[in-house]
Amino acid sequence: MAFLRTRYVLVLSLTLTLKAILLLIITSSMVVIDGKHPGCDEYYFGRREFSFTLENDVYLRYKSFKSVSSLEHAIKSCFPYKIDIGAVYSVDPDKRHAYSQTGTNVFTPVERELVFDIDITDYDDVRYCCSGADVCSKCWPLMTVAIKVIHTSLKEDFGFKHILWVFSGRRGVHCWVCDPKARRMTNEQRSAVAEYFRVYKGNENNARKVALMGYSLHPFLARSYVDLLKGFFEGELQANQSIFSTKDKYDKILEMISDEDIQSELREKWEKSANRSSLSEEAISLVRWDQLKNTLQSKKHKAPTLRMCVEEIVFTFAYPRIDLEVSKQMNHLLKAPFCVHPKTGRVCVPIDPNNCDEFDPLAVPTLSQLIEEINSGGSKMDVDDDDDDDTDTSLLGKSIKFFRSSFLEPLLKSCKEEIESSYKTKIDKSKDSFSW
Amino acid sequence: MEVIRSQKRTASNDVVSNPKIPLYLTAPPLEVRLEEFELFAIDRLRVLKGVSDGLARGKNPKEMDDVVDALWKEHMRHSDASEMLNKDIISHFVIRLVYCRSDELKKWFLSMETALFRHRFRLRNFEAQRAIVGEFGLPYKAVTGAELESLKERLGQVVRSLGQISPSVVNDICCVSVCFFSFLSFAVEAVYYKVPFEEVPDLVAGRRVLIQKGHAFVAGSQLVSLVVTQFRSHISKALILTNRKWMTTIREREKDRLTPIVEALSTTYVGPDYSQSNDYADISLKDIDQVSKSSFPLCMRHLFEKLREDHHLKHGGRMQLGLFLKGVGLKLDDALAFWRAEFSKKVGSERFDKEYAYGIRHNYGKEGKRTDYTPYACQKIISSAPGVGDHHGCPYRHFSEDNLRAALGRMGLSSRGMEDVMDKVRNKHYQLACTLTFEAVYGTSCDVGINHPNQYFEESQKILKSKTPAAPV
Repeated sequence: MAFLRTRYVLVLSLTLTLKAILLLIITSSMVVIDGKHPGCDEYYFGRREFSFTLENDVYLRYKSFKSVSSLEHAIKSCFPYKIDIGAVYSVDPDKRHAYSQTGTNVFTPVERELVFDIDITDYDDVRYCCSGADVCSKCWPLMTVAIKVIHTSLKEDFGFKHILWVFSGRRGVHCWVCDPKARRMTNEQRSAVAEYFRVYKGNENNARKVALMGYSLHPFLARSYVDLLKGFFEGELQANQSIFSTKDKYDKILEMISDEDIQSELREKWEKSANRSSLSEEAISLVRWDQLKNTLQSKKHKAPTLRMCVEEIVFTFAYPRIDLEVSKQMNHLLKAPFCVHPKTGRVCVPIDPNNCDEFDPLAVPTLSQLIEEINSGGSKMDVDDDDDDDTDTSLLGKSIKFFRSSFLEPLLKSCKEEIESSYKTKIDKSKDSFSW
Repeated sequence: MEVIRSQKRTASNDVVSNPKIPLYLTAPPLEVRLEEFELFAIDRLRVLKGVSDGLARGKNPKEMDDVVDALWKEHMRHSDASEMLNKDIISHFVIRLVYCRSDELKKWFLSMETALFRHRFRLRNFEAQRAIVGEFGLPYKAVTGAELESLKERLGQVVRSLGQISPSVVNDICCVSVCFFSFLSFAVEAVYYKVPFEEVPDLVAGRRVLIQKGHAFVAGSQLVSLVVTQFRSHISKALILTNRKWMTTIREREKDRLTPIVEALSTTYVGPDYSQSNDYADISLKDIDQVSKSSFPLCMRHLFEKLREDHHLKHGGRMQLGLFLKGVGLKLDDALAFWRAEFSKKVGSERFDKEYAYGIRHNYGKEGKRTDYTPYACQKIISSAPGVGDHHGCPYRHFSEDNLRAALGRMGLSSRGMEDVMDKVRNKHYQLACTLTFEAVYGTSCDVGINHPNQYFEESQKILKSKTPAAPV
């Protein structure tokens, strides 16, 4: 994981990053659509907050830029290790002190994408292969399933269309929902969506971290369970983690069953069979899961808390755990896509939610690989090149192409349509005096 | 609205025939006597204060309905229905004038008026509720025909996902009738409204509605969520406008008449926020361990112990404990020394200075927008959401029964005391549970009830100091 820190390298990496970022920013700013369109707000870009993290952890917030070229200039002169994107405010963030804090000119966020952050360290209590900052092919599937559950809901339940999933560079994923109505959501509405997604309410102080009350699952949870979670739990997760194979592991699960008798019954059975079995860890695990399911099935009428115990166990292990605080507030900053992660050197590339099974976090291009590629003269590195050549084998070529065609272009189109239609409405209404 | 000095009020043009709840959209063309201006406002303030108390004590929605009903009857009733409505409207606008003048007052007014509206709405029958919804002029239609049919199964799933019978009830002799009742309550309702999900955030957050393609399907019985959101949004905007008017014209114009009354009315009704500690409670670093065992409420004890154990706390814990310590009298320098001493053991003092010191200074109003943050009250702590690796929140709510019992045992509760507390916890009366703990630990009764951790601390210190005035407690 050699991470070369020469100025030369940094310039290159940042130019690279820059070109890709420009695509995202340009979209958000609606500048490129048709800079001359009268309905365009040419000051929109200037009101977007950026933050730079420099060498020695110097953190600069409330940075804003009049244009894309001044952003590029700032990146080249500051060499930020990390670039975060914040909200679009009522006035340029770097001029916020020039306005009084009372009356009409208050400095406040006006638009911000709906964002989600899923970090695999939040799953440390249910993954046995790694912990902390590590990630491997056995636990990454937790992220894959999380993407699928959340993405399906954002589309089907909330009707969002412009959703970008990005690898966070080390051990998680970020989600950016860029629909106009998502950008205008209030903090309360963001909080509501985050809570809608929240199922796991756990920390070391409680044993039963998922409590599914009621007589059935909410349709969103039911669909997630039937279409995604159940199959994942009984297949891939069991195979990778063998969650019943040792006493430590299965004790944790038994504690989730709120009936002492059932707990002891299963515990006894498994203790007895521990030494006698010649099966693999994985096979033992599956056998015990079946036994647990059968026991609960026959005894679930004993108490309401047992009614959905099987589902609770599946949700505890497999259901997405989002970081609520990131989503709830408009002023929360989030790392920009296509940044290079300072600790791993990997590029924060987009992930295709419709093909996320194929994403491998350990195969993501790193900074050193990119430098090598540039040095060997292997790629064109000019992102503005509209070459649709499918033989583009450059490391980031595929990612950039995907970013453009699946996300940027449809978003651009939708923004353009929105500008045109709201402009038209304004013209129609221009006979009236004041609209509020 | 015109305020006059004359004795008789001219007849109002408002026709009131049914008990509608006014929406306070515009100030009505009424004349108000100066004496009534103040008296009506005071009565309404009593109601709002009662609502605030009820919420602070963690009363559930049904209990709050009763509280509001009683408060309204006591303070706002009038034999003449149109007089009652006038008083309602006038008092609202007066209080709005009083409470538009600062952010803190606005926030309190908005919360209390919204809660008042919510419970008054819940007390009305379905017809009256529909009429009120109609008044908002919302463009949302009821779902009918084929669309309703296609949704029926999932709507049923939503209803069943919310239905629960408590275990004790199931074991009752009248099990059959209970089951029948519960079967009834699982039926899909007759009327559902299709609204954008943004209009009902609390229903979305609780997964109490079906959502599809951005639309939420709100049952008739859930209309309260819809209207309360509208009401709150409207009052919020109105407060800003009223403030502007006050600042630009009214304050000056009325400086000999209404302004003194308005300014006097606001000072009486904001509860203690413990942002300035009193002399009782200044603590120093060397006392902190002892004081944590003798006077901290369970939530803060837990955070404190975890901090000593792990030499670290996540953000939620740092906020909850840090602000509490500020309220308890820990000065900024002592606070920095305290947190540095702990965190250095885990992350080193350099990293502490770089990453954590700023946050502590921020809490004391020395950084950023320089807000002097107030310590969290119980209501806020109970409604927080501790996640993986967190230790903040309210142990009575967020701990499992076993962990809570162990923690209470360490505080010295007897097994009978513990049973009383656990009983309150099971009924979700977390603050009452904490009050009972207080009473058990200090052997005295606490009639007013605990609704703030700093209150617990101060009361505890009072008791301990009265027992041994000289010794440090």
